[in-house]
Amino acid sequence: MSEVATAVGLAVEGLEVAYGPVTVVRDLTLNVEPGEVVALVGANGAGKTTTLSAIMGLVPAKAGAIRLGDRSIAGFRPERVARAGIALVPEGRHLFPAMTVEENLKLGTIGRRSDDGLAEDRAWVEELFPAVRDFSGRRAGDLSGGQQQQVAIARALLARPDVLLLDEPSLGLAPKTVESVFEALTEIRRRGVTVLLVEQRAQLAIGFCDRTYVMAAGELRLTLTPKDAGDSARIVAAYFGS
Amino acid sequence: MSNVIQYIIDGIALGAVYALAAVGIALIFGVLRLVNFAYGELITIAAYVLAVTSNWWLPLSLLAAVASSVALAVLTDRVAFKRLREAPPATTLVATFALSFALEAVWRLVFGVNGRSADVLGALNTTAISGAIDVRWVTIVEVVVGAALLSAIAIFLRRSTIGLQMRAAASDIRTARTLGVRADRVILSAFVLSGVLAAVVAMLLTAGSPLVTPTLGLEVTTFALVGVVVGGMDNLVTATLGGFVVGFVNAVLGDALGADLRVFLSSFTYLAVILVLLLRPGGLFASRRATGAERV
Ligand SMILES: Nc1ncnc2c1ncn2[C@@H]1O[C@H](COP(=O)(O)OP(=O)(O)OP(=O)(O)O)[C@@H](O)[C@H]1O
Ligand SMILES: [Mg+2]
Repeated sequence: MSEVATAVGLAVEGLEVAYGPVTVVRDLTLNVEPGEVVALVGANGAGKTTTLSAIMGLVPAKAGAIRLGDRSIAGFRPERVARAGIALVPEGRHLFPAMTVEENLKLGTIGRRSDDGLAEDRAWVEELFPAVRDFSGRRAGDLSGGQQQQVAIARALLARPDVLLLDEPSLGLAPKTVESVFEALTEIRRRGVTVLLVEQRAQLAIGFCDRTYVMAAGELRLTLTPKDAGDSARIVAAYFGS
Repeated sequence: MSNVIQYIIDGIALGAVYALAAVGIALIFGVLRLVNFAYGELITIAAYVLAVTSNWWLPLSLLAAVASSVALAVLTDRVAFKRLREAPPATTLVATFALSFALEAVWRLVFGVNGRSADVLGALNTTAISGAIDVRWVTIVEVVVGAALLSAIAIFLRRSTIGLQMRAAASDIRTARTLGVRADRVILSAFVLSGVLAAVVAMLLTAGSPLVTPTLGLEVTTFALVGVVVGGMDNLVTATLGGFVVGFVNAVLGDALGADLRVFLSSFTYLAVILVLLLRPGGLFASRRATGAERV
């Protein structure tokens, strides 16, 4: 909280991703300015997770540019993307279930560019997510879904990333827990971390984020701001087909 | 009674050796999902190096053995396995078979078919305790070294940062990489460790019987692999236990069967394995793994 790092932005331009012969993301351009929180919403199968995976280097991009600040990271392997300053909280959390919460957090620090400030970062995430402190000796797989989500976000933050990618952090959580995740996001934003958030609850995202991209069938269709929160329901519904 | 104690002592000793080989195999499987049939060649090369350097100063000879198996482990990965990272498991398995046979041919060409004597630790092949039961020094060393090395590996995996990364990679390499775990380094560490283990196995085996043949490592690996499969391939602890059990059974059968039946030793061991897998298809220790234990 104390130090305000210089925020770094993320830019994706003309991204194309295919699984075998099937192109699932095409000509996708999005921009997250330094310190912004931007959402990516869309129906199931729209290509949101694929977009994050491509940024993270988990799936190869067929075309397009990916820039972290002014550095091109397209074609980097995931470990290199992580070490360049991007952290991913994946869909389904993906903690190491047989390891303790503490060990999971320790793994979160592997991608840090420097161990300076680790103790402060640790104190900060513990304040943000009490479960991290309360259950540090427990097997991560034994925690509740909400607690696991807290650990997953804490683990990502301990890398002290410039950019945090979150894939449906509220999925399967009780409303109260969703609220606490978004409260944490407020703190994360205040710290100057740039956030790209994939979220099913479009209304929630549009109201909370600086900008919300609506994605359908692998393409961006619409960009919304909090001003649109009022009448966006109809527009979004059209793209979600519901 | 003393017979039974004798069997148990011999069983524990051979079990310890096979457990070490099993860890070497399971470590590689953990991080790469590669069933490395060529693991035995790491044991063989270390044994041959012991033979060739048997007139050297002992520590140097042992060190040379370790260096050779580590070098071969890393080389096989660089030359063969690295290109097959994305290949289906059947392909990589066949590749490890091919590599194993190719290396065996190399041993025949270079060292001859008749075998060499690696009498480096022969001093251990003497009686420590005699009487109702008969214990050689090598038996004691096998148990002590086995236990010490297995504990050291357990501590390494639990406490060290690279050990933590190896466990993470074994559990979920994709997620591990997104956290910054360098896949290359973890894989290299696994190959280096498996090479070290192979060298120790070679030392213990040649201490007991110094004859080194081109198929020395292959025989051990076949049994250890059986143990790993019986124990459960995807869990380091149970895979190690499986290796131990197979070594134990092997030694006990070897003691219990008369000389005329001993030629069927491997048949009996395989029979025992088939029985186990029929009764417990998931491996001997399947129930414990159902709780989602980590693989390494
Ligand atoms: N590994 C894969 N191999 C082949 N096709 C895939 C793979 N992963 C995703 N797809 C396909 O790519 C498309 C986009 O999937 P993606 O997971 O990116 O969607 P999403 O927007 O994250 O959906 P959801 O909201 O359900 O998480 C889908 O049609 C999906 O079936
Ligand atoms: Mg998704």
